[in-house]
Amino acid sequence: MTITMRGLLGATCLAALAIPAGAETITVATVNNGDMIRMQRLMPEFNAEHPDIQVEWVTLEENILRQRVTTDIATRGGQYDVLTIGNYEVPIWAKQNWLAPLDDMGDDYDADDFLPRVADALTVDGTMYAAPFYAESAMLMYRTDLLEKAGLTMPENPDWDFIAEAAEKMTDKSAGVYGICLRGKAGWGENIALLTAMSNSMGARWFDTDWKPQFDSPEWKATLDNYLNLMTNYGPPGASSNGFNENLALFQTGKCGMWMDATVAAAFVSNPDESTVSDHVSYAPFPVMAGHENHGNWLWSWNLAIPATSTKQEAAKTFVAWATSKEYSALVAEKDGIMNVPPGTRSSLYANQEYLDAAAFATPTLNAIESADTQSPSMQEVPYTGGQFVSIPEFQAIGTAVGQVFSAALAGSTTSDQALSAAQSLVSREMSRAGYPKN
Amino acid sequence: MARASTTQRKAVVTVCAWAVGLVIFFPILWTILTSFKSEVDAIAIPPKFLNFNWTLDNYHDVQERSRYFLHFMNSVIISLGSTILALIIAIPAAWSMAFVPGRRTKDILMWMLSTKMLPAVGVLVPIYLIFRDFGLLDTRTGLIIVLTMMNLPIVVWMLYTYFKEIPGEILEAARMDGATLSKEIIYILTPMAVPGIASTLLLNVILSWNEAFWTLNLTAANSAPLSAFIASYSSPEGLFYAKLSAASTMAIAPILILGWFSQKQLVRGLTFGAVK
Amino acid sequence: MATQASRAAGRLMISPAVILLLMWMIVPLGMTIYFSFLRYNLLIPGENPFVGLENYSYFFTDPNFWPSLVNTLFLVGGVLLITTVGGVLLALLLDQPMWGQGIVRILVIAPFFVMPTVSALVWKNMFMNPVNGVFAWIANVFGLPAFDFLAHAPLLSIILIVSWQWLPFATLILLTALQSLDSEQLEASEMDGAGPLARFFYIMVPHLSRAATVVILIQTIFLLSVFAEILVTTNGGPGNASTNLTYLVYSQSLLQYDVGLGSAGGIVAVILANIVAIFLMRMIGKNLET
Repeated sequence: MTITMRGLLGATCLAALAIPAGAETITVATVNNGDMIRMQRLMPEFNAEHPDIQVEWVTLEENILRQRVTTDIATRGGQYDVLTIGNYEVPIWAKQNWLAPLDDMGDDYDADDFLPRVADALTVDGTMYAAPFYAESAMLMYRTDLLEKAGLTMPENPDWDFIAEAAEKMTDKSAGVYGICLRGKAGWGENIALLTAMSNSMGARWFDTDWKPQFDSPEWKATLDNYLNLMTNYGPPGASSNGFNENLALFQTGKCGMWMDATVAAAFVSNPDESTVSDHVSYAPFPVMAGHENHGNWLWSWNLAIPATSTKQEAAKTFVAWATSKEYSALVAEKDGIMNVPPGTRSSLYANQEYLDAAAFATPTLNAIESADTQSPSMQEVPYTGGQFVSIPEFQAIGTAVGQVFSAALAGSTTSDQALSAAQSLVSREMSRAGYPKN
Repeated sequence: MARASTTQRKAVVTVCAWAVGLVIFFPILWTILTSFKSEVDAIAIPPKFLNFNWTLDNYHDVQERSRYFLHFMNSVIISLGSTILALIIAIPAAWSMAFVPGRRTKDILMWMLSTKMLPAVGVLVPIYLIFRDFGLLDTRTGLIIVLTMMNLPIVVWMLYTYFKEIPGEILEAARMDGATLSKEIIYILTPMAVPGIASTLLLNVILSWNEAFWTLNLTAANSAPLSAFIASYSSPEGLFYAKLSAASTMAIAPILILGWFSQKQLVRGLTFGAVK
Repeated sequence: MATQASRAAGRLMISPAVILLLMWMIVPLGMTIYFSFLRYNLLIPGENPFVGLENYSYFFTDPNFWPSLVNTLFLVGGVLLITTVGGVLLALLLDQPMWGQGIVRILVIAPFFVMPTVSALVWKNMFMNPVNGVFAWIANVFGLPAFDFLAHAPLLSIILIVSWQWLPFATLILLTALQSLDSEQLEASEMDGAGPLARFFYIMVPHLSRAATVVILIQTIFLLSVFAEILVTTNGGPGNASTNLTYLVYSQSLLQYDVGLGSAGGIVAVILANIVAIFLMRMIGKNLET
């Protein structure tokens, strides 16, 4: 303890001394995910190159971060120079002129190297408004040892019927093994992300072309029933408060047979330092409905953007360009191993044989991202874009509210029919309040 | 015979009291223990009580990631600053209520307390806009102002109940001797009320230290105290119990130690006039 | 005793506190009232038209409104009940002669110093988690299935967490009051043949009622605005099972960024809080009259 204290004091003093005169200080708001923490740790490398830019970090848990950043940008508070935001926010905020355009990022930046699916989601009228830091789609992660024990083999494109069968056979509650883990915690970025992707794959949609909510449709009924059936019979206890992180911890400690979630989880579950099951993990595409090809179209990226109100645009841009460059990827590869390079953004990474060899999840991740069509997510025609979300400003509100209703159904306090009719009425209410159908 | 039964009784009481005390304290103890475990040990079933590999890694990680010392200093400055400011405003007010009560005094006191019942979330956006316009976002000054206002009613009330116990004749005697009002308050009343002021100060430092809504919403990098620092450890990817425990221990340790050392002073004035 | 001059001085001395609190109350409250009549969503900038009482009608017809009101009452009432009863029992226990009284007292008051965010995080993850938590392990030892606290008894779990934080406060105040009890009076009643229960109900309870009122008043002020514990543990769910009024207003103004609706909710919450306040003040006023 004393050593740490002394080290801390020393570090503080050194940091104070190290700031060169005339340096510009930028404030970066970011989420406390592993890749961002790593970026924070690599700051000395950035400062070696750019001694005139000091970076202050505000690292927050995702929900708090989103609330802080949104409040700040919408009131033009101007507390941050660089924001970490999702591909849900980028087009909406860009249209409000809240974000500074990110063109001319330098000669070596190679913006064309970004995966088209990822870059398109960040581009409004031909201009990019945010630079992708890492991107993910969704896939199925499963335990090869448990599947083998159950006497099954994973098909190339598993469908929901197979998932149910496998979940049943893998579950061994007395040993604390649950066949399937899925998100149950309420939130538009938590259970609703999963359920929207799942509903896409099962032919449901949020709205018809007249913006009428569709929770009274048989497709949604089938989706929710399928979800509740899987989770109540083969899921872990407490599923209604499990989000991404909770499920990750469950999977890492060997409690889950299968888990459908963000591809970025693959790096964590296959890391032997953190995961007790790293030797027995394999990957498959997000399930489809038997006979169909829609894999849910989940696409998420965490991106760095600069608020239009920032008075330090140039310094902020220098930082964003550095953090999303090929050079940064090389730096991570050199310091922490190539497996830990932020995934899903640059095609050059997936052309690198060294990466493909080191990371078993590389190809499944790339395939998942490339199959995610956010322009027409559902099997039916829809008036919106976005994969596991609906790209309208109102979605946070309705997504969170519907998420609460579905999480109550998972906890067993309402039935699926009650949940669907509650969802239908509250979404209708919110949409009419927001003035839909527009024009 | 009588003595033996007293000893027996004392033994029984001791065992019961210790058991209850340990149960109540257990969550804190568990957090502190967990902070010295590896992440894998932290979630081990059955739980490991002392038989794990003690490590300082979590503290090291937290150090490396956060500027703990900055957050710590912010917490100290904000909680002390707001409490002292509140005391400066409240002492005259409490004097007035205790020694020259009017018909409305009680109503004013009750009204003051009722301002504490306003839900902070309802006024965040207005406050945010005001702070933006006055350049108070992410400043310690801004937070000191907000927390002063938050705690002022409680401070006034505690001091009032304390002052009321002081016989007015002593102050009157001083006035007869020609002391001005400010002298009377500073040199006669305040020294007499030191225990009450001390416990008011302690209670409000604790409340300000633990305030987590305004401190989180009005700060960014510069003025964030420990309550905001915790938010960066709350649910990251992967296993996090041990790191969360380390960060939690670091956030609560200063105030816990202060509270323990000063518990006598704290308790003495905590009676709110309820003890005669 | 109070002369004309000292009355004036009294007014002068109290005015800074009153003026500051008045400003603190009126400025944001005025803005909130103004916003509550506008259609104002942070995410949809525009002209923010005046919409009259639309926000209020949406707020009152919100399906979460009544449940949240009921939850608020249960939360406040539950915590008050647990902490006052528990506080009296603990105070009685701690008042007995024992070895290591100082240390026990330190252990008992410790939770009061813990930040609400920290205590909620610790309880949620390390105790109530149905897979990795200590409670799940205890259940397992006794061969019972793990109980999923936050899913099946969300409000009760929050009541427990909040009670844990406030129990020390109640205990301290009640203990101080108990120690000020005249021991001669107790002994005299013992001579008269009063049993321990009679002594407790006829001598101690009346003596403690003042202290209990103080505990109730102060805790109510803080309990009406319990927020961090809910945000960290259940996010108000599942469904609306643990949404209190504060959390409902939060979710409207900061999760949905609907400032108009959130402001209307804020005003409603202020009015309700003031009704509770008036009610409490009456009760306290009577009990604290000297």
